[in-house]
Amino acid sequence: MTEHPGRITREDVAHVARLARLRLTDDELDLYTGQLGVILDHAADVASLDLDGVAPTAHAMAVTNVLRSDTPRPGLDRDEVLAAAPEVEQHRFRVPRILGEAP
Amino acid sequence: MSEASSVAELATAVRNGTRSASEVLEAHLAEIDESEPSIHAFNLVTGDEARRQAAAVDAVVASGGDPGLLAGVPVALKDNLCTRGIPTTCSSRILEGWLPPYDATVVTRLREAGAVMVGKTNMDEFAMGSSTETSATGPTRNPCDLSRVPGGSSGGSAAAVAAGFAPLALGSDTGGSIRQPAALCGVVGMKPTYGTVSRYGLVAFASSLDQIGPFAGSVADAALCFDVIGGHDEADSTSLNRPSPRLLSVIDDGVEGMTIGVLTEFLDGADPVIAERTRMAAEALASAGARVEEVSVPEVALALSAYYLIAPAEASSNLARYDGVRFGLRVDAEDTVAMNTATRSAGFGAEVKRRIMLGTYALSAGYMDAYYGKALRVRTLIIEGFSRAYQRCDVLLGPTTPTTAFPLGAKVGDPMTMYLSDVCTIPTNLAGHPAISVPFGTDDGGLPVGVQLLAPALAESTLVRVAAVVEAAAPGWTGTRGVGS
Repeated sequence: MTEHPGRITREDVAHVARLARLRLTDDELDLYTGQLGVILDHAADVASLDLDGVAPTAHAMAVTNVLRSDTPRPGLDRDEVLAAAPEVEQHRFRVPRILGEAP
Repeated sequence: MSEASSVAELATAVRNGTRSASEVLEAHLAEIDESEPSIHAFNLVTGDEARRQAAAVDAVVASGGDPGLLAGVPVALKDNLCTRGIPTTCSSRILEGWLPPYDATVVTRLREAGAVMVGKTNMDEFAMGSSTETSATGPTRNPCDLSRVPGGSSGGSAAAVAAGFAPLALGSDTGGSIRQPAALCGVVGMKPTYGTVSRYGLVAFASSLDQIGPFAGSVADAALCFDVIGGHDEADSTSLNRPSPRLLSVIDDGVEGMTIGVLTEFLDGADPVIAERTRMAAEALASAGARVEEVSVPEVALALSAYYLIAPAEASSNLARYDGVRFGLRVDAEDTVAMNTATRSAGFGAEVKRRIMLGTYALSAGYMDAYYGKALRVRTLIIEGFSRAYQRCDVLLGPTTPTTAFPLGAKVGDPMTMYLSDVCTIPTNLAGHPAISVPFGTDDGGLPVGVQLLAPALAESTLVRVAAVVEAAAPGWTGTRGVGS
């Protein structure tokens, strides 16, 4: 048996929310901390196993070095793609300023 | 109106001019008009587009051409399958109004076979859920009992077939999202081997688990649909380069000489009436000439935990693309990071946020080895467990779900309880194997019961042969469900 990681804390949830670009209210933080704790408690059956001799499987039907035939073909229509964007300028996706830049 | 007993017969009638695609379509649109307001199977009914497609099919027939194997067959598509110029929302606010610039490969193949798309079906948001209640457009109701859920995540597709809105529908199955709603709505639902149906144009949830498959009124109809949508596709690098499937031609070959294993781990957790139905299905297979024995695969007990680490981990990465930059919702803010955060916080619902955070946590520094790494190793154990069973058995049999359809609202507030709805379907996805849910009578309250058949990778032909025998033995089976109109 290996050591099971400690229970997820409110600070952990705030941290992963920041990493995932999600803003949570205080109530949501409490709610998710409890719910993620229950789910991770259930996962203790997996997390506590000693599996050092077992190889990981990332894909059940793994295929490698997939190449398609080298035949030119049209890509997606530029105007159609840009039409779906929230904001466009000179055929490019426009975003608000990046942190630290002058506006 | 004349009754067609199968999708194949319906398509044949259209191909030889006995019925018109337009007439078939109007009958289904009338059914939708009548019952859709109480069921909400669709996010969008594409009546005008369907009428154009049906007219095109009829024009091909009139000019002496052959519109294809699914000529004039109405098909409903889960709303995570991209349709060019037609909204594709994944039942999420973050994709509201988005018009995909291309068609999913399965959509192209259906159209090339003469099928007529009647609409985009409701689903749990981004396919995360087991009841269709996490949809931003509101829940779908089970046509068998409007106070109950249709299952999920492909609940709209299952309900559409059960209600007679379309004889065929497509869904996606990441942890049971085709088979579980099929069982709860009393229709056939099939999850093919990973890589046999192109995922090009399927909005990604957990890429190593997601697989597209059919809902139908019978095993034969599901087999025909798989024959049309399956086969290699250069546009999906995980698509297996094998000959296209031909299931319909073997479906009546029977089970004589096969060994069927009744999976004890699945029986143990199921409601008594569902376990009893499963045993009845086993007896029917024995009567048809199969050897039936009990089989234990203890590793499947670990599948739920492994799945709820692997699927959220992959989802947290896949859903990073919804950042308000290239498509979908944008909520303006003073800088780009604030805009990303405001957009995602407003656009995603609670279940999607929960899984993104769970996945981010399972992949984060200090926890990745303990959670994600362990889960991938458990995935190996599950595959080995199934391999052991398949040395003795051709096909495994068990319940599709532990319970029949539950009331709306019963589980949606308790994520872990909801996740347990998929305990019998998840192991198949982790192994990449095919499985099918076949209706097998009802519980005492008249709610449908589904039994599940599981097979090794690429053994779809064996799977549908067994499924056809189970179907023919099901209480109340009359040769079809739902194709009538």
